[in-house]
Amino acid sequence: MQSAIRVDGLVKHFGDVHAVDGVGFEVAPGTVFGLLGPNGSGKTTIVRILSTILHPDAGRAEVLGRDVVRQADEVRYLIGLAGQFAAIDPNLTGAENLRLTGRLAQLPGSVARARAYELLDRFQLRDAADRTARTYSGGMRRRLDVAAALVQRPAVVFLDEPTTGLDLHSRNELWGMIRELVADGATVLLTTQYLEEADRLADRVAVMSEGRVIAFDTPACLKAQLGNTVLEISLSNETEALRAAQLLAEATGFMADREGTVLRISSADGTRVLLETVRALNENGLAPTTLTVREPSLDDVFLSLTGRRTSTAGASGEVSTDRGRR
Amino acid sequence: MSLATTTLDFPIVRHPYRLLRPFRDSLSAGSRNLIAYWRVPSLLIFSTIQPIIFVLMFRYVFGGVVGLAGLIPYPYVDYLMPGIFVQTTVFGAIGTSIGLATDLQSGLLERFRSLPMSRSAVLGGRTLADLVRNVFVAALMVGVGFAVGFRIRAGVPGLIAAMLVVLFFGYALSWVFATVGLMTGDPETAQAAAFPVMAPLVFASSAFVPVTAMPGWLQAFAAHQPVSVTVAAVRALCVGGSTATSVLEALAWSVGILVVFGPLAVHRYRRAT
Repeated sequence: MQSAIRVDGLVKHFGDVHAVDGVGFEVAPGTVFGLLGPNGSGKTTIVRILSTILHPDAGRAEVLGRDVVRQADEVRYLIGLAGQFAAIDPNLTGAENLRLTGRLAQLPGSVARARAYELLDRFQLRDAADRTARTYSGGMRRRLDVAAALVQRPAVVFLDEPTTGLDLHSRNELWGMIRELVADGATVLLTTQYLEEADRLADRVAVMSEGRVIAFDTPACLKAQLGNTVLEISLSNETEALRAAQLLAEATGFMADREGTVLRISSADGTRVLLETVRALNENGLAPTTLTVREPSLDDVFLSLTGRRTSTAGASGEVSTDRGRR
Repeated sequence: MSLATTTLDFPIVRHPYRLLRPFRDSLSAGSRNLIAYWRVPSLLIFSTIQPIIFVLMFRYVFGGVVGLAGLIPYPYVDYLMPGIFVQTTVFGAIGTSIGLATDLQSGLLERFRSLPMSRSAVLGGRTLADLVRNVFVAALMVGVGFAVGFRIRAGVPGLIAAMLVVLFFGYALSWVFATVGLMTGDPETAQAAAFPVMAPLVFASSAFVPVTAMPGWLQAFAAHQPVSVTVAAVRALCVGGSTATSVLEALAWSVGILVVFGPLAVHRYRRAT
């Protein structure tokens, strides 16, 4: 079966910054593909190349068999884009924003109008349809922006960090809408900094670092490699942390990663690890200052894949340059 | 050979009147800018209140001095108003820079560039909306002019011709300031960048005082730069006398500006990040 998106040897440099440095992947039709990575890892640049906004320096990118450079106009008829920042006109109402996008997507006026109201209903914006977008909350703006990306019923949808800055409730709503989209037969490429988001939505994930894909897998396999839970133990000082790590290795066999005063243990069986760890520490008179059990994050994926943390965590000391829009 | 043989089964449905796309898209995009003027009247304040202040200031504060110098053979207000008409369109064109820079920063241009719309429509729409705004502002300024004693000496057809020259010049300038807006990429910088382009054009010109009152080195620039040439044509059409040469010169400047900055602005639009 032909791919909905095919990227091969893609390169894009901005001066000395290698934003995308030889990336290739394929996305099957009707699936969700996640580009997972920290700021500046090249996700947005790939989205901008695929949506015909940027030309690549080398390599090829195709959407539904059409080259994004040579057949850009055709590609534009087939895609929808919701960028990192809500691209809506604050002086137009919600309905006007969608109708304008529809007309500029070459829909006949009556179709654009019908489609606008259909989407306002679906994104729960009908009550706000005739208010200027300036008065919308952050969550409403984001929903309107995603709605605008869908006006022309695109076969391939690009969502660049769709839930960044949304509260939990809005985020869950948007996730539901993205799932509906795929149920309707669309192919979705989304970028995210959250492993959880990729896990909830994506069929396959490419983990990106500094313009390259460093892992390519299903979210389930990625998480399984890490263990499903992460136990974080903070101790009052480094000496105690060292003692605790040694003790845990001897008494329980758990190998903890130490970073300063924090120990981190990844495991598929979080409950047992937690109980045994607490028992071992307690028996030896070591009292953790905090103890956290959590799901693995992008940071943990990075640590396990590259041996260093994402630059957003500030530990690698490397400054990432995000060539996306500011 | 059909594309369908090499691509997935997603046919492209094009609009039936494809050749009209640039015009249709420009109208769609331009209506957005006009709605903004309607909903946010403060956008118009800079291009209306400010020229009114200029009229009052030059008419009543500086006008007496200029009139006394004996360089103008008719009332200063009749000399001033053609200058004000042109100056107003130049100042108003800053709005084009700021508006486009705002769209660029907000990500709106990004969305537009991913749509199958004409590549010139965002700029075409913006400049069209600015033209409509200039019609409104020019009519307002004529009214203000009459209120402070401006009289047309060459009849109504002359005034209408003068306004067409002003509006065409304003339209050409929109493309200059569109280019500036797209090159800067944020509204504050766009405003800061537009001012040095604008100030020498407006003030080192014959808009408010005859260039013969300026030092020689400045006269050479002031006499031939586009604002002076356009003001000269507008003045000739309002005051009367021979108009053909000055009007042709003014139109030549506007056409020249359009030919250079039209393609340049579209190029910047395609490349803008």
